[in-house]
This record gives sequence, structure tokens and C-alpha cells, in this order.
Amino acid sequence: MTEIVVEPGSGAAIKAASGSIADPEQRVLERIAEIRKRKPLLREDAITMSHGAGGRASHTLVTALFGDILSNPVLDQLGDQAVLSLPGVDHMGLAVTTDSFVVSPLFFPGGDIGELAVNGTINDLAVGGATPLGISAAFILEEGLDVATLRRVVESMRRAADRAGVSVVTGDTKVVPRGKADQLFITTTGVGVVALPQRVAIERIVPGDVVVLSGAMGDHGSTVMLARGDVDLEADTLRSDTMPLHGLTTALLDDGIDVHFMRDATRGGVATVLNEIAQSAGVAVAIDETSLPVHDAVRGVAEILGIDPLYIANEGKLVAIIAREDAGRAVELMRSRPEGAEAAVIGEVMADPEGMVFLRTGFGGTRVVDMLVGDPLPRIC
Amino acid sequence: MCLAIPARLVEYVDEDRMYGKVELGGVQRRINTSLLVGEDATEPGEYVLVHVGFALSRVSEIEAAETLRILEAMGAAYTDEVEQIREWQSAEEELVGADSRERDGMPA
Amino acid sequence: MKFADEFRDADIARALGARIAAESGGRHWKIMEVCGGHTHTIFKYGIEDLLPSNVELVHGPGCPVCVIPMGRLDDGIAVAHQPGVIFTCFGDLMRVPGSEGSLLDARAAGADVRMVYSPLDALKIAQQNPDKRVVFYAIGFETTAPSTALTLMRAKAEGIRNLFVFCNHVTIIPPMKAILDSPDLQLDGFLGPGHVSTVVGIRPFEFVTNTYRKPVVVVGFEPLDILQGVHMIIEQIREGRCEVENQYRRVVHDDGNPRALEVLARVFQLRSHFEWRGLGFISQSALELRDEFAAYDAEKVFSVPGVRVADPKACQCGEVLKGVLKPWECKVFGTACTPETPIGTCMVSSEGACAAYYNFGRYSRARERERVLASGERAVGNGHADGNGNGTIAEHEVRPIPVRAR
Repeated sequence: MTEIVVEPGSGAAIKAASGSIADPEQRVLERIAEIRKRKPLLREDAITMSHGAGGRASHTLVTALFGDILSNPVLDQLGDQAVLSLPGVDHMGLAVTTDSFVVSPLFFPGGDIGELAVNGTINDLAVGGATPLGISAAFILEEGLDVATLRRVVESMRRAADRAGVSVVTGDTKVVPRGKADQLFITTTGVGVVALPQRVAIERIVPGDVVVLSGAMGDHGSTVMLARGDVDLEADTLRSDTMPLHGLTTALLDDGIDVHFMRDATRGGVATVLNEIAQSAGVAVAIDETSLPVHDAVRGVAEILGIDPLYIANEGKLVAIIAREDAGRAVELMRSRPEGAEAAVIGEVMADPEGMVFLRTGFGGTRVVDMLVGDPLPRIC
Repeated sequence: MCLAIPARLVEYVDEDRMYGKVELGGVQRRINTSLLVGEDATEPGEYVLVHVGFALSRVSEIEAAETLRILEAMGAAYTDEVEQIREWQSAEEELVGADSRERDGMPA
Repeated sequence: MKFADEFRDADIARALGARIAAESGGRHWKIMEVCGGHTHTIFKYGIEDLLPSNVELVHGPGCPVCVIPMGRLDDGIAVAHQPGVIFTCFGDLMRVPGSEGSLLDARAAGADVRMVYSPLDALKIAQQNPDKRVVFYAIGFETTAPSTALTLMRAKAEGIRNLFVFCNHVTIIPPMKAILDSPDLQLDGFLGPGHVSTVVGIRPFEFVTNTYRKPVVVVGFEPLDILQGVHMIIEQIREGRCEVENQYRRVVHDDGNPRALEVLARVFQLRSHFEWRGLGFISQSALELRDEFAAYDAEKVFSVPGVRVADPKACQCGEVLKGVLKPWECKVFGTACTPETPIGTCMVSSEGACAAYYNFGRYSRARERERVLASGERAVGNGHADGNGNGTIAEHEVRPIPVRAR
């Protein structure tokens, strides 16, 4: 009769109990963890599409080039918005954000470049707890662009702005020769006010906090991908999720919910946002695969193309880090509003391993969820 | 890039059955179905294995069910056995009590 | 997802793992999964964590991107740079490092490089751009080759003249044989490539059982398929059998797909030899276009440098591909060589062992141990490890349980 350690549970239990994860392997893993904490270096000589994907390459470009050259206390925080103090005013600051929109195609189910521009700008202000005051919009137009197309885009911006209760208060227009811009690029600046000290700040994140996502992942990126027509895929139900989130964020804050931090998940997906949070806050984020909300069509597209929904872009999704005791109430509140109808708790903040995001799979294992590397879906926002 | 996934064949789009539409989670894709002949001949409603835009073979429901049956049986049989052993062991412990625990050196 | 989810059942997986543990006692087992898709699944689902430590999975060379030598990629990049060329390839190839950068870098430098999901996409691009020469850089084993073949047949039938194939299709049997002939490894059995077998069937693997006396089980790509395959190999050896078995019956016919084999024979022939990263030159291991399709052969139409380029000194992809080194044993794994700064192919391809380990395995191995040692509860509100591996063993009390003699 053989006595062996057996448990109908993870075989890792068997391995772990016998201490059989080899020391050399452990050392390699630790060395990797150390290296990843170091400041990234920009090694490339030329800009590639990866630098625009919102993932690791983008992050490196921003920190190692722009952040390095332009460094100042406000920029160094790398927030979604910059908060500037107003001379002679203590209790309120000026929130500023800027964004560019280069999506192709210009129009897709659920929205267009104009709507993205307005909503995206508002969201960058809203996630910092700021009240949007106004938006500027600068246009780079390609020679030969249909005026009717331009009109359609701007009308859409007007509608989006009205819906969100803001105005486009100033702007600019440039025209470049045919071939120098893909039809139309829009750059926006959003200005708002925020109460000081800021209620919502990366420093407020603590282990034990809960991660809440306001709805299903990957709708926008998948929709634009299919709209571009590069792949022979059809999905009638897919629509971009572009929407303004300041109604949702204001409701959360006004209700007295202890929101520690918020960010909207755009390029690079939810995975990238969580990695940014983990790194900036010096915490670990654990997410639960089975609680990640994903629409069937997105799952289908992801499965067919071999992409993970965690990395697909969104344009109307909020990631909120909330004090544990308020998490339940926060989800309830979100679900009572259309922007947050499918809100869910997707994970929690832990003390370590610092800077790492990991996923507990439906299969009972865990795996690392890194920032996006490369660019599986080019030019989706 | 060599992943192949099972998807439901919705319909053929031409008479010769060279091309068809498959569906996965509500997403439809146009694929080449010219390899679905002989044992792999497929009717709409059945499932096929799709790889880089081509259907490589038909997915057999019968064989899938059989494989699952074997897997489930193996899983269940084993879990049952371990359950039985544990039950037997706790029964033994109750009868023999503290002495047994000390002897085997297990935590009380 | 039908025919997928059912084969991902965690409870059955754990039970299978425990059963394998019970039946594999007394010796060490080394089983090689040949196919990169299997490597991906193994890491994604943490299958090695479900197996006992005496059952070792060795990752084989079945990753069609990984085995392409650097010089061959340089050739592709050279073609991409030629005027009037639209270069198309699968996504994985875009970031594979050549000696002077990747295809992504080539694109940044002005080459028209486009990612496609099917050779048919390349055909469509050729139809839409009659003034351009569209090159499709074909990779893949026998799973993918029929798709390239059918695309070329269609191009020929429709008189499309501006599509060219740069053929890097390889076959699975020769590298398996090379590994079996190599003194570096002692394997007990193979998990056979399930999707290659949909095309070629299971008979081609009989040389492994007949000549080398090692069992082969052709398996599917879901976690339960792989676990069942491992169990079947162990069972074979314990019962003194040595056969080729088909675990993936829902998709694989023992004789493969005759039509697929037919189109392969129509369009391709075997090259006399081909260079494999890590394995050197292997004869009759890759495909080239037949003379009837010479007009579509990129290697004949474009002049390519054809230079053999050695891997960077630091790169140990070759040994990882042969299964001699585990990913983390490579000197540059995770340090100089990462997914964002890859030195070799194994770290770039979604089916490469290094990428799989880095992306999926890196955390689970180290932390799973901590999690188990520290009560392991994951729900909101329960305690967790204090970060130093301390904690209490709560639910997962692991006690010796005597196993009945078999």
C-alpha cells in the first residue's frame, strides 16, 4: 500500500506541499519581478503602430520620451487629467485634459468619431471627479474630404455635447494635402473644475479595496474592427459603447460612496488600466475571470480572432476602485443607471505582489495579466 | 495563429458548397467549406472546425458526447473513491480517537 | 461555446489530475506535447499545476512561427521592401525579430505590411489592388497548408496573377523524428498534434510506435483533452502497450481528410531540405510550390538574399524548441528577452513556450504555492497571505491518505 498525498483539488497543492517549485525557477521569477519595476527605456528608432496601441509601448513612449523631456510636477503624475491650482483659490482646482481621435472608419455601429471625441474628453474629466465646463475641438482635414461627411461628424458632436450638458466653446481647423491625414483627425481639450483636496486620487487606493467595472468589456474595439471590413465577420448586435460617464461618476460621489480612484478603460482595454493602477499605486490587483462581464458577440469575435477581451478597447466603461464597505452599494447604484446596467465587482486590491495584475481563472488557476504588448487591433479610437 | 475553433455552420452560400457561414456567439463569419466532403460532409446546424477561414472537418456530436462520457465517468469514479476513503478514515478516527492521531502524527 | 466549454470543466480536470497522480507513482514521466497550440493551452489553464511533480510535460517544436530561422524572416522583410509589394502575414509574425528589425519595424520604415487572418484575405487584397504584387508569407504545419493550397487553386482558376506565396509550410513528422534521434532527450511518449491530424490522420505517427517504441496519443486542445491524453499514455505504458491512439475522435478521423491531402499534393511538393531554428537542416521537412504554380512562387519571382543568419548568441530558442531547456532556464528569459523586447521567436509567437510561460505560467507557479499555504480563499472579505508565504492551512488540509493497492 502506497501512502501518497492526494486531494481532489489543485495538483499545485501536491507540488507545494512537497516544496517542489525549484529554487532556480523561483530566482528567475523574482529577477523578472525586479526588472519589471525599473523605469522603461525607449529602444526603438522609429515609431511603430505598437506605440499607439495604448499598451506597454505607448506607456514607454509617454514616460521615457514625453515624460522625460517635459517633466514637471503635474505632468509626472500622468493622470487622466491635469489639475492646476488657481491663484488665490484654495478649495477648487482647474482640471485640464486633452485627447486625439484618429479612428477608422469614421462611422460605425453605435457612434462615430465626433461622438467619441466629445464623450472621451468628458470622461477623462469625470473620472477625476471634475465637473466639465467646456471642450475645444481642433480639426485636421484631408484635402478631398466630403463636406457632407464633415457636417455629419460635427452634427454628431453637437448632439453628444447637448446630451452631456457641455459646449464646444472654441476650436481650430487645418487642411492638409490628400494623403497626409486619413480623412479627418480631431484633437480636443476638456476643461473643468474639481474640488480640492481631490476626493479621488491614486494615493487613496489601499489593499482591501474592491475593483468595480461599469459594464461589459470590448464592445468598442470589436465593433470598429468589424466595421473596418478587414475580417469577414458580421455581428448585428455589436455596437460601440461610447457614452459620457460624468452622470455616473457624479452619482457615485454625490451618494457619499467612498470612491478611491476611477479611470475610464480605452485603448489597451481593462487589463491596461488595471496595470497602470497597480504600478502607480504600488499594489496588486486580483481579478476574477468568471465575474468579467463580456457580451456574447465580443466573446465570439475574441475567440475567432484569438484575442483576449481584457485587451480590447472600450469607450464608455468605468473602472472604479472603491472602499470595500461601499462596494455593494456602489454596484447597486451603477446598475440603476443605463451607463452602469451591467456593472460588476471584478476583483480586489491586494498588498502584493506589487505592481502585478493577476487573474483567477474559472479553471482554478491564476495567471499574470500584463499590459498589452503589440497592437492586435490597430486604430480603433 | 494556428488556432482552430468549433463553430456552428449556419448555411452554405453557394450551390457547390464551396463557401458557407458559421456562427459563434452571435458572430457570423464567411468561410471556405470545400474540405467538408466524405466523412466530413456537414449539414447546416451541425458544427465544424474552423481554421484561418477554412472548415477543416466536421465536429461529431456523437464522438464528443462519448469522449465527455468517459471523462465524466473517470472524474466521478475517482472523486467517489477519494470520498469513500475519507469517509472510511474519519469513521476510523472517531472510533479510535486521540490515540490514532498521535500515532500518525497528524495535526489535531 | 459548444464543444469547448464542456472540455474545460475544472472539477473533472482536478479529478483527472488526482487520478494521474495515483496511477503514475513510482517513476518519473516525460511526455512531449509536439504542438504549439497544446503548449498554449497547457500554460493558459495551468495544467502542469494539476499534474503531480513526477509527470513532466516537455514542450516541443510544433510552433510554426518559432521554427522559422532568422534568415528566412529577413528574406520576407526584403520582399516586403520591394516596390509595389503588399506584404501580408498572420499577426504573430509582425513582431518576430529579424537581424535588422521586425516586419512591424519594416512597416514603420515604409513597407506596406498588412496583418491578415486567412490566405483568402490576401487573395481579396490582390483582387482589390491589381496594380500591386501581393505576397502572402505562408506559415504553418499540415493544418494550415491546405488553406494556402486552396487559395492558390482559386487564384489560378480565376486568373489572378498578382498573388504570390512565400512558402514556409513545414511538416510535423521530420522534427519529431529528429527529436527522437537526439540523445539529449529521453521521452516516454507523445501527445500528438490534434489539428495536424485532422488533415493527415493518425497513421503517420506509427513510425514512433513501431521504430522507437514510444506511445502516441493524438489529443484535442481543451484542458480535459490534454489531461486525458496524459492519462492514456501512462495507461498504455503500464499495460505494456505501445500504440497510436486517437483521443480527439470528435474531429480527427484515423485516415485524416482525403480532400485536404489531395489539394496538398496538387499544389505542393516536399523540399529536399529546410532549415529549422534549433534543429538545423532536416531533409524532406518542408513544402514548396509545384512547377504548375511556379508563377505564384515568391521565391522564384522575387530575388531574396537567402542568407543564413545565426541566432543572436544570447538566444537559446533552439534548445527550448527541442525541449532540452525549459523557458525559464534560458539565460535571457525575462531579462533581455521579454514579450515587448523579444530576442527570439519563442517569446513572440502566441504558441511559443517562452511567451506562454511568461504570460501565463509566471505567476501561477510561484503564487499558487503561497496561496495554498495560506488558506487559499479568494472571496472578498476573507483573509489572505501576508505576502511572506505565511498563513494558516484552513480548508485545504492535506493529510496522507492511504491509497488502496491496485
